[in-house]
Amino acid sequence: MVELSHDSRPIIGRGPPLGATFIALAALSIGLMVTDQRYDQLERVRGWLNSAAYPVQVAIDLPFRAWDWLTGSFADRDRLRQENLEITARLRLANLQLQRFAAVEEENRRLRDMRENVAGVAERAIVASILNVDLDPFRHRVLLDKGAADGVFKGQAVLDADGIFGQVWRVNEHSSEVIMITDAEHAIPVQSNRSGVRTIAVGTGDLNRLSLPFVTVESDLKKDDLLLSTGMGGVFPPGYPVAQVTKVERTAKATFAIVEARPTAALDRNREVLLVWFKAPAPEPAPATTSATVKPAEGATKAATKPAPAAGAATAATTARAAQSPAASTPAATTPSSAPPTATPPGEGATR
Amino acid sequence: MSRGTFGRRILYWISVAAGLALAIVPLPGWLDVARPDLALLAVIYWILTSPRIAGLGYAWLAGLFLDVLRGMVLGQHALGFLVVAFITHRLQLRMRMFPIPHQAATVMLMLALYHFILFWTDGLTGYGYTGWNRWLPVLSGALLWPLIVAAGDTLTRRSR
Repeated sequence: MVELSHDSRPIIGRGPPLGATFIALAALSIGLMVTDQRYDQLERVRGWLNSAAYPVQVAIDLPFRAWDWLTGSFADRDRLRQENLEITARLRLANLQLQRFAAVEEENRRLRDMRENVAGVAERAIVASILNVDLDPFRHRVLLDKGAADGVFKGQAVLDADGIFGQVWRVNEHSSEVIMITDAEHAIPVQSNRSGVRTIAVGTGDLNRLSLPFVTVESDLKKDDLLLSTGMGGVFPPGYPVAQVTKVERTAKATFAIVEARPTAALDRNREVLLVWFKAPAPEPAPATTSATVKPAEGATKAATKPAPAAGAATAATTARAAQSPAASTPAATTPSSAPPTATPPGEGATR
Repeated sequence: MSRGTFGRRILYWISVAAGLALAIVPLPGWLDVARPDLALLAVIYWILTSPRIAGLGYAWLAGLFLDVLRGMVLGQHALGFLVVAFITHRLQLRMRMFPIPHQAATVMLMLALYHFILFWTDGLTGYGYTGWNRWLPVLSGALLWPLIVAAGDTLTRRSR
């Protein structure tokens, strides 16, 4: 019987055998995956590759942008007038609130001075557009058109007009990838506006839902409570709305209540977001922190996997202060901020 | 002769680049989830028609570009593309003889393997989405295979 070779390339000049090429390339890809996942030596390589990919991403975004522009410039007069009226009304309302704000801010500054805390949160922001590019249907990541060239750094907070949007996950030269707060790998420390209960809001992979897995049954959280960012971990500025509680379910036997919340930011409807630089508050005095955080109870081991974002609070506060000058801060700010997104609780993926 | 292969190479890269670009074009809801892996289908097709030009390195690089475009762990899609390309090379002589439905079924198995590799590496590197709809591209890709063959055949006939 004649044995046919499986290799269909010409016998002369066919290069290394197929199997050898396969094994070499497979080893190379596995090596790449391990290096990319565990170490950051590949950041530069990725930067170059991303610069090559960026034109493609922009080209894909272009038709959508052109369409937006076209519909915008041919919008009829009535609609523009209508919009104008609405915006004027909203501005009037906002100005009204701002008048109060000045007084409140002054009061807040005085109170902070009394507590010998760092003065208020000074902020600077730039507007970035979301590129119309689909990265992965099952992950909540978006691509922004601002990158390291604009001073964006890894772990930078991203906000929109209604609340916290996410944080920068990867920085390229002219673009950056943002992980939204609803991504299943994301967690953000929050605090109830009404009762001051502190906990952590974890993404669920659903754009309209955050889950708060570490709320004990006896803690004071109600439906419609507004959850604000605490600023712990130094990634997000404190006091911004994150989500509104939509469901609190307590069973007598369980240690933790089932709490869900809806993000206030318009995660799926936005084209523009804000990249912010802020001065992190000094870490809170120790007794206040321990009394308000999640009570470990019996679920101590389970809870211990989660507060990774809070753990970096002390170091992050110092590094994030340097973040005022974005160019210098890039290497410093990456270390603490890389912690929150990777802290996925065990079994989190299995619930969906 | 060498000019011909050069032209072919360009054609192969352009078609794969188009497939890669279509991999990140925003699509509405269900289409997005069931988006077929056009770049991989193009790679399979070119390996079947001209294995001497479309080699393993070609498939691997295409996969690597997909990793970069989608911001995944470097090497994830590259490995998937490589494995599929290797199997296609091994089966190439047989697969060319298959009738189209039979070919589509084989392609479906390869796509399933590809998505299994993605699923596996997703799980190893962090978040693995476990919903059933992540397997939809396997089906859509297999259903699309006859069209890919038709399109590719017309394309090569003209450029020949």
